[in-house]
Amino acid sequence: MGQDLLGIEHLEAEEIVKILDTAERMQEIATREVKKVPTLRGHTVVNLFFEPSTRTASSFEIAGKRLSADVVNFSVSSSSLTKAESILDTAQTLDAMDPDCVIVRHPVAGVPKRIADVLHAPVINAGDGAHEHPTQALLDMLTVRQEKGRIDGLAVAIVGDIMHSRVARSNIYGFTKMGAEVRVTGPPTMLPPDIAELGVKPSTSLREAIDGADVVMMLRIQRERLSGALFPSIREYAATFGLDRAKLRYARDDAIVMHPGPVNRGVELSHDLVDHSPSVILDQVRNGVALRMAVLYLIAGRADSGERG
Amino acid sequence: MTELPPSGSRPAPDPVRSSRAVLDDAGVRRSLVRIAHEIVERNDAAKDLYVVAIPNGGVPLGRSIVANIEEISATAPPLGILDTTLYRDDLTTSGERPPLRETEMPSSVDGRVVVLIEDVVNTGRTIRAAMDALMDFGRPRSVQVVALVDRGHRELPIKIDYVGKNIPTQPDDRVRLIADPLGVEPMKVVLEELVGGMAPPTEEGAG
Repeated sequence: MGQDLLGIEHLEAEEIVKILDTAERMQEIATREVKKVPTLRGHTVVNLFFEPSTRTASSFEIAGKRLSADVVNFSVSSSSLTKAESILDTAQTLDAMDPDCVIVRHPVAGVPKRIADVLHAPVINAGDGAHEHPTQALLDMLTVRQEKGRIDGLAVAIVGDIMHSRVARSNIYGFTKMGAEVRVTGPPTMLPPDIAELGVKPSTSLREAIDGADVVMMLRIQRERLSGALFPSIREYAATFGLDRAKLRYARDDAIVMHPGPVNRGVELSHDLVDHSPSVILDQVRNGVALRMAVLYLIAGRADSGERG
Repeated sequence: MTELPPSGSRPAPDPVRSSRAVLDDAGVRRSLVRIAHEIVERNDAAKDLYVVAIPNGGVPLGRSIVANIEEISATAPPLGILDTTLYRDDLTTSGERPPLRETEMPSSVDGRVVVLIEDVVNTGRTIRAAMDALMDFGRPRSVQVVALVDRGHRELPIKIDYVGKNIPTQPDDRVRLIADPLGVEPMKVVLEELVGGMAPPTEEGAG
């Protein structure tokens, strides 16, 4: 693995396997009386979030703290930071404080890369626009590998707003690299016309996409962002692309249901599916902490320019 | 049968080494029987024992010692596996981070007499890390250490309670246990000495 984790697109399958293996070892720590190891003692991890996020930011924070790193949360309101200039100013200010790892979330694609270019510290992308959200895809792959014992050869259906979803993009890269068959489905307005170039099978029929699938991954509909522009109504979306037990019957009997959260109950998933098997939503959250511990272990404090300062 | 990499050392470019067995399968097993007897003798109540193996090499040895103790005292102590990687003192700021190994502690160590099992002890740094790790699983009544091989180049004040064999070595030498994780295949300890005297400068890892 290189110094930064900016996306899944440029990772090799063996690097993904290494991260997942490390995360599996990290899971044991959560079962201990003392849920903390001294590995990153004296290291500073900065959560630099230009977009509100409670889940991902807390997951990274807990991961850092379980490794004994000092975690600093640096939230910046995105309104004042749409100009690239001020983003880089912020990054340089941060760099002067000598962090050992900076976790960046930003509403605009490519910002973590630009920040990584000016920082000495390794950068982890925690979601940039509609580009990538690598740690989410990695924790999804970890969850699937643990539930199914493998990823290679599985049929994975991703359902929802494929066009605007960084979770979908990272998962498409990840699952195809790991040898799964990936299908995507959603309203035609939410399926990029050239999506098949990524090696996935697009479909506008939920039934067709989940037919015989081992994994059904539902994406969150950003009600607040779309306000009805891309599909007629939430109700119609739920009727066509929402998942309930009746529709799930088209998938394999032992299929699992995933969602990156937070779920719009009754929209992407029926209430019953959110809370009960075969949905693994809380396992995803739990695995998120172990996965982020693995990523921090593998890259935090490993700046190549060790001679600085 | 797989060759276990030496516990707690990093892969480094390898100079040419000669290799010879310093302890064969019979020798290893005899040592483990003797050590089991010593453990039972020193700790009357074998019921408070808790054997904790440090991977990779400690694991087959730990299994063997548990089986031997059961034969001698009719009580099998629990076997825990404790990876020390996250407690190492040489996770420097650059370079690849070493892969993590298994940790599986079946129960708390509170009030137990913990017997740590390591294949080769040299600097004592791995044992230091193991003791720190152990304390995160409770408060043992006491901690004792088994080393199948003691090389003796101690860098920390660590005492070994049960030694299989003392093997004098040069700091640059390498001593490895070759065994499968279950300890059912023949085991042996090999000493790998540098060929041709002068060693290239190496950073001595944990041991």
